[in-house]
Formats: sequence, C-alpha cells, structure tokens
Amino acid sequence: MSGAGASAVPPRQEGVGAPLPRKEDDRLMRGRGQFVGDIRLPGMQDVAFVRSPLAHARIRAIHVPEAYRDRVFTAADLDGVQPIRAVSGLPGFKASEQPVLATGKVRQVGELVAMCIAPTRAEAEDIAAAIVLDLEELPAIHDMLAAREPGSALVHEHWGDNVYLETLVDIDIASALDAPIKVSRTIATGRQCMAPIEGRGTVVHLDHRLDQVVVHTASQMPHIVRNGLAECLGLEQGRIRIVSPDVGGGFGYKAILLAEDVALTWLALRLGHPVRWLEDRREHLTANANCREHHYRITAYAERDGRLRGIDCEATVDSGAYSAYPFSACLEAAQVASILPGPYDFPSYRCRTWSVATNKCPILPYRGVARTGVCFALELVLDAVAREAGIAPEVVREKNLVRPEQMPFENITRKHFDSGDYPQALARALRAIDVEGVRARQRASEPDGRRIGLGLSIYCEQAAHGTSVYSGWGIPMVPGHEQASARLTPDGGLELRIGAHSHGQGLETTLAQVAHEILGVPVARTRLVHGDTAMTPYSTGSWGSRVMVMAGGAVAAACETLRDRAVRIGAYLLQASPEACHFAGGHVVGPSGDISLEAIARTWYRRPQDLGPDTDPGGLEVTAGYKPQRDSGTFSYAAHAVVVAVDPDLGAVEILDYVIVEDGGTLVNPLVVDGQIYGGLAQGIGTALYEEMRFDARGQPLASTFADYLLPGAAEVPMARIDHMETPSPYTRFGQKGIGEGGAIAPPAALANAINDALAPLGVEMLHSPVTPRRIVEAVLAARTGAEPAREAA
Amino acid sequence: MKPSPFAWERPASLAALLDRLATAQGGVKLIAGGQSLGPMLALRLVEPDLILDITGIDELRQARVAGETLVLGACVTHADIEDGRVPDLTGGALQRVASAIAYRPVRNRGTIGGSLVHADPAADWVNALMALGAEVEIAGPTGRRTLPVERFVTGALEVALGPAEILMAVRVPALPPGAAWGYVKHCAKIGEFAHAIGAVRLEPGAGRGRAVIGAVEGAPVLLADARPLFGGRIGPDFAERFEPGAAQAALAAAGMADPVERHVHVTVLARAVAQAGKLPLSHVPEAA
Repeated sequence: MSGAGASAVPPRQEGVGAPLPRKEDDRLMRGRGQFVGDIRLPGMQDVAFVRSPLAHARIRAIHVPEAYRDRVFTAADLDGVQPIRAVSGLPGFKASEQPVLATGKVRQVGELVAMCIAPTRAEAEDIAAAIVLDLEELPAIHDMLAAREPGSALVHEHWGDNVYLETLVDIDIASALDAPIKVSRTIATGRQCMAPIEGRGTVVHLDHRLDQVVVHTASQMPHIVRNGLAECLGLEQGRIRIVSPDVGGGFGYKAILLAEDVALTWLALRLGHPVRWLEDRREHLTANANCREHHYRITAYAERDGRLRGIDCEATVDSGAYSAYPFSACLEAAQVASILPGPYDFPSYRCRTWSVATNKCPILPYRGVARTGVCFALELVLDAVAREAGIAPEVVREKNLVRPEQMPFENITRKHFDSGDYPQALARALRAIDVEGVRARQRASEPDGRRIGLGLSIYCEQAAHGTSVYSGWGIPMVPGHEQASARLTPDGGLELRIGAHSHGQGLETTLAQVAHEILGVPVARTRLVHGDTAMTPYSTGSWGSRVMVMAGGAVAAACETLRDRAVRIGAYLLQASPEACHFAGGHVVGPSGDISLEAIARTWYRRPQDLGPDTDPGGLEVTAGYKPQRDSGTFSYAAHAVVVAVDPDLGAVEILDYVIVEDGGTLVNPLVVDGQIYGGLAQGIGTALYEEMRFDARGQPLASTFADYLLPGAAEVPMARIDHMETPSPYTRFGQKGIGEGGAIAPPAALANAINDALAPLGVEMLHSPVTPRRIVEAVLAARTGAEPAREAA
Repeated sequence: MKPSPFAWERPASLAALLDRLATAQGGVKLIAGGQSLGPMLALRLVEPDLILDITGIDELRQARVAGETLVLGACVTHADIEDGRVPDLTGGALQRVASAIAYRPVRNRGTIGGSLVHADPAADWVNALMALGAEVEIAGPTGRRTLPVERFVTGALEVALGPAEILMAVRVPALPPGAAWGYVKHCAKIGEFAHAIGAVRLEPGAGRGRAVIGAVEGAPVLLADARPLFGGRIGPDFAERFEPGAAQAALAAAGMADPVERHVHVTVLARAVAQAGKLPLSHVPEAA
C-alpha cells in the first residue's frame, strides 16, 4: 500500500492505441519460434504420402512390395474412419465425401492414396517411390465453365452434374435495363496457392496418462480441428488434444481440416509411437493450397454521369474436387452474391452464382476470401463505365459510394455498414497520390517509351461477423460468443487465454494492450496462452478478421470482471467501501490510500487470511464471453491508389507509387495494423501480377516449385504510403474493426485498373489476373493487328 | 522432397576425379555449387548412385589471364566474378552479367562451370558466354580438348560432354578496344529465370560481331555473323541500322512459331543493341 500520490503517476502508455513493437517478435526474429517442424519426440517416425499422379482416375489396384507391407497403409486399413464432410445448409447444396485415403477413384492430382512410415522422411519417400498405382485414367474436368455444361464428365457421379450449389438473387434488375450506359465484361481471377512461409505440418503422439491423442498441427482453429477429427475418427472429444504451436502464417490455409491430419492421428493411434508429416512445397503447391479462381460475366448499368442503376452478374467459382472442412465448397461463390455490391449504393441487382466441382484441389478461403475477386470484377467494370461515359474513374466512384450521412447503412444485399466515411477515404487517396501530377506526367510521354497509368480500388471488409450471419450458411462451424480467460498470478502478472490463434497478427501484444487498458498490468507482464485445446476456451479460431473484435472484446470483459473483484478485495484491504473506491493505473484507489493489483493478488493467493468475509469466491481468475452489440460484422474499408509504368513491348509493370487510406475503426496498435496492411498488399500484388497455378487439359498442375509459381519478392513490393482514418464501430468494445484481410483485397483491382489506364490509348484492357507480362504483350499485339487475343493466355 | 539414396565423395585432385569417373558404376553426377542439382535431387528428377563433389580440386577454382584470354576455372562462383575477385578482360561485361544472376545466395554458391554444364536455355552464362565467343576446356580419359560454347551447348539441358569427362575451365577472349557489348534480359521479376535474353558483341572497327537470342526452347539462337541484323554491315552506326525484321526472320527460321514470343525476344535483342550503341533505350532496366 502506498499514499494516494504515488498512483497519480500515469503508467507508460501501453493501452489501446499505443504503437507498441510486438512482444512475439523477440523470439520470432531471433529464430527461437517453436513450430511443428521443431518438435522432436522420442521414437518419432516420418510419414510420406503416395499421392495421385492423375487428376481423375479409377483405382484398379495399389501394389505394395511385400517388404513394406507393415509400413504402408491404404484406405483398406482405415477401418471405421469417416470421410471428411463439409456440408452447407443452403438449399440445393450437394455434399462431397472426401476420403481420408482414396477409395474407388481419385479426383485430383495429389489426392492421398497411401501413407508410408519410416524413421526418416527420406526413407519414407523411398518406400512411397516403390509403390505402384494401377490407375484407369478418366477425363479430367479442369475448366469450370465446361464443367457446368450438360454432358461433362462428372467428379461425383451420383450428383448428375458438377455443381455443388447454384444461387440466384434478383433485386429488380428489370428496372435497370433501360439505362443509357451498359457495359459488359468477362473478368477472371487466376487460381492461386496461399504460400505461407511455413507449410502444413502435423506431429501426433499418445498421452497414456490422460488417455489422449495429442495432435500438434499448424492450425488457425485448434478447436474446430478437434471437432473434425472427433467426427472422422469416432473419438470422444475429451480423448483429443490439439496443440497449435507457433505458426508461420495462416491466411486461411490453416483454417482447414486436412485429410493428412486425420490420417496421421489414426496412424499414431494404430502404431502407438509418435508420427510426423511435414508438408513440403511441392505438396503445398500441387496437392493442397488452392484458392481464388473466379469467373465473372458482369454488366453495369449506369446513367451518363456515372451513377449506377444496377449490376448484373453471373459468377462461377472453381471449388475443386471436395468441399473443404469447415467452410465448405460454396462459401466463396455464395459470398460473391452477397458482397459484390461492395461499398456502393445502387438500386438494382442480380447475381447468379455457381460453385463448381472440378478435378483440382479443393478451393480454400484465402485472405480476403471472395472479396478479392468481387473487388476485382466490380472495380474493373466501374473503370469500364468511366471510359464508356467519358468521365474520370474517381467520379464514377464519388457518384456511387455510400455516404457518411447514410450510416448505419443497409445495402442492397442487406449488409449492415456500421460506420465510415467512404468518400473521404477516396478524396484523401486522390490527394495523396496527386492525381493532377500523375495526369500531367501521363500526358508528357516517358523517355523510355513506357506508359503511365493510375488505378483506384475501394472495398469494404465485413469482419467478425457472427452467429446471425453464419447460422444462415449452415456450415459445420458457427461462431457464437467468444470467450477469454484472464488470471492474475500470485505475483501480480496476468495470463490471458483465448481459443483463437495468433500466427502473425501480433495478438500476444495487442490483447495484452487490451488488458492493460482495463487493468494497467504492464504488457511485458501479460502472457497470452493460445493454440491448445487443453488450456483455452472453445473458439472457432482466427479467421474472418475477427479476433481483435471478438477475443479483444472477450479479454476486455474478463478483465473488467477481474477488476471489479479486485476493487472489492482492495476496498476491504483499504478499509473503504467498494463504492468509495475506483480503479486506476493498476491500483485500487480509495479515499485515503491505494493498493496495487500486485498486492491484491498476493493477498488472494498467499494470504487469504487477510481477505474479508464477503470476498467473491471466484477470485482472480475469470472466463467471460463476448459478442458485439450487433454480430452482423464490422465494416472496415480502404481506398487504394497506385501509379504504374507499363512497358507495352515486354509487358513489364513497375509500381511507382502506392497509397492506402484505410479505416479500421479504433486501432488497438497502429504498428500492427500497418504490418497487416503491408503484408496484405504484398499478397495482393502477387494476385495482381505474379501468382498463378495453371493446369493442363489433363488437370495437371503446372507449377511445383517457386521457380514456376512466382511470388513477389522484396524488389516487387513498394513502400506503400498508409493514411489512417479512425471511424469507430458503434458496436464493438473499443470501436475497433477487423482489418486482417483488407490489404490483400484491393491491390489486384487497383493494379489492373492502373495498367488499363496506361494501355487504354493502345486499345488494350486487361481483365484476367494475374496481369502477367505475357498477357499484356499478347493483348498489345492483338490490339495492334486488330485481332482478338487468345482467350486462354499463358 | 528428399533425394533418393546416393553415395558422396570429394576427390582431392583432378587425377583422382578422372579416375573415379572412369571406374564408377551406375549413375554419376558432379556437384559444385549445387544450385541446379540440389533441387533436382530433392525433387527426384535425378537419382544418381554417386555424387562427386568437385570443389576440393584446387585447379578448378583458379582464374588467370593467358595473353588475350581470360581463363576461369569451372568452380569460380558468380559472386567471385560479381565481386571482382577474378581478373577481367571484358570491360566489366562478365561482372555485370554475374551481378544479375538469380539472387545473391545463388551467386554465392553457383559456379560458372556448373551453369554451363547444366545448360538451362534461360541461364545467363549459356547465353552471355556464347555471345562473347568463349570456349570451354574439357578433360577426360584421353586428355584435354576445347570447344566453342556454341558447340558445347547442344540443346536444352544438353551438352557435348562424355560420361567420363569434366568441364575444366571457360576461356573468354578479351573484348578488344572499340568493341561494343550489350546484354539485356527480361524476367517477370528480379532474380527469376529470364523469359528472353539478347546479347551482342560487336566490333564496328573490324566490321564483325556476334549476336545471341536466348531463353528459347533449345540452345540459344546464335548469329555468329551478326551482319544481317544490321543491313549487312556492322559499322559505328550499327545501333541505328538494327533491323528487327531480320531478327524476326532468324527466330522464325529457328522454329519459334509464337509471334508473342518472337516479339519479346526481338524487343530484348533490340535493347541489347541499343545498350551496346549507348542509345537512350539503354536505361530500360535489364530485368524489365
């Protein structure tokens, strides 16, 4: 206890809004992180999988050399193991059954056929190489549009077609059809792979004391993995413990139950010793991490001044061979229909979508999920409207953006925008990029023959959307209240527990800041426990840019209860009534003195004899649940503006300037937010210009290393200029909004629009991401000769 | 992605290496920097029984000037050249090529001999050394021989090297005074393998020159006599006289059917010519 004066010194600012460097970086930047690949267990053996070399084939036989009989496992061995089923409750959805190891036929290159175990991965690969598959090749379905046609070969025969789900929303499109401007485009985004630095990996061992199978796996959602494993293996949940240690980037690829997880868990139970599988980059690229492939036929109806009358769209998503757990094969396409209108307000809308099965890896939700595709489609068609109407692209956007006085705003698909000033974001981006300066430079020709282009793109990112949204999808995972635990240690430190996972988001720092805001415990003395089903409350995990809103709210709620209990204990120790005391700077302050949280914790744990008779027996450990006032999601948004120089003869694109005006509501840690934006931007540049997993007509993926699958590197990612607006969400604890995905949403559209702005005088318009040098040169030459460029460009 | 089992030896002398090559059974691969062989082993695209590491042979790491010829041992790394640790007779041409090969970690380990023997059509040395008129020195059971690079590189990943032979050194002729050099490559991003390479070594005084169009399907397209690219004559005004149509024709004759590919390759060659002639286009980035 000290005099009242001492507590008047404010603590170092570490609460909500402080730009603290990330605590976790100390270990991560020094190479002291502990990833699945760092785990060494006595007796551990390695698994290599035999994977299908064909996209579509009937399995006639699997020949296993006699010498390896006891080290190779196929579907025939997996007694009682259920296939992975990720259904959707949307009407008409056709479910797929993804066998853990292939049965009957294989439906994608890389599908698991057999599992080989040996003391080392190299030896396991030697065994895998000795196994001979007798396959009868079937026609591969590799083109989602052809797959929709009657008479196509079938991925799942009993469906009768290749469509997981078809949806239609029509909101009075008829009344838009007489608009004076009508612009139609066919727009497509390439298939991509997520490419986190760390791939997937799973180490499984048995804990006989607890009668548990312990699964160490790089996951964004350990509790959901436990659900899935229990369903597939028929195990009681209490017999499964999932540990997700340090994870080297997720981006959605680690929000998936992989068949490998199920297979490894089964294998550990069967063999009794620890087993390990570490995904290599070839498996990652060719067998697992597919995302993004959309196709749009989109028409915009507008007035001559650029005001939109309506949008009409047919969208197809290549969902691949199986419905991935838990998000399902239709999340992406069905989401297209609901989010295509973006941040714009217009009266008529129609969107038909198809989620199509093909002989490719299942499509998985990648940072931004469907938003990157819809932003690409809508923003490109808005620029086409601008060119058709002869007005500047920014004018079309100014005419149609949701206005601040409309907030909260319900848009045409009944998305509830919580707050924001979209026109201001655009205006600030235009000012920062210096539109007039760029236009002047554009008019004066470049000495090297390159052409200058300016591109814009605006999006909104619905984040942390909860029960009311996901219950409608009817998928295996519906988020409810998010829970967090807060516990004071006997020496006054703080432990927080969340069921979500931090793998680059900086939650070990930012959630400590949230706790600091309430309890004043130094961030350095606050530890975040996460990634372990045995030690954390249930959570659907880290996805949908939800954790800062949901776990942030839950941590605050837990800390508030903890604070109230501490105040009561402190008041007793100060011999004051609780009503006469308040909490400030980590102290309970009474009329004539104060007492630190540390002293209160010491009393509760070590000197209970000093506690009053009415002390709350719950003590200094609290689990609290949280939902925002509305769970329809926060709406963060940004305006991106980019200037490029395009070499029309080689198709090279150089980014000269990049501006991002972002509104993430209250920023809990602006440094972390900037990091999220920069990282997302790098991935968005990859989507825009470099990354593409192509397939040949037999469904063979055409890249198996990073020599063929191009990622942007340091030289390709500019130092973007970020400007923050902070319009708080009225519904969340601190006004914070989810911002984790936004950086990856806008760049493909902004860059393609910039390239199109540069090349418009040549009669060239690029409508397919990635906008590769090859595609640009092809279009430039075609425009010169007056021919149409080939439809499927390299 | 783990290699299949192989034996590994590191002979200490050329004689020991040649002896081992002559006697070894099964598949044998030599390794120096391992920048191409390493990934190929990991992907099991090659599954040798024996790998002979040649970096312990001192002779292969030497570089020297012999009259008007620069002799670079096969195990000289790209970084050795980039950093100027070896002599130069090309007015910095080799150094500039070396400094733009892939990424620095690759240049630290990758060797000039390894790159040539691997003979990836998009590799810098395959194209640059052919344009410079370099030769390779080969040692084998029956002694030594030399070949011009264009006769050594016979196709994509194919070279004229017998099973018991090794590439000892590269012999680069000096770039004479007044000679012009241009080298431009086009990559989708920095460090990536080139999609097109153009290289010219022109002697306007003597009225002769060589040109290479590379990063094509097979061996580079070499115009050992580049005069047709310049209206039949290579003089001080060569840059103004460059005829893209002649390059187009050469590529069509070499079997490049895709007009987009031809356009890109001719553009890159034109920029190499402009660079050699110090025309304004020369400031277009090399890895544009």
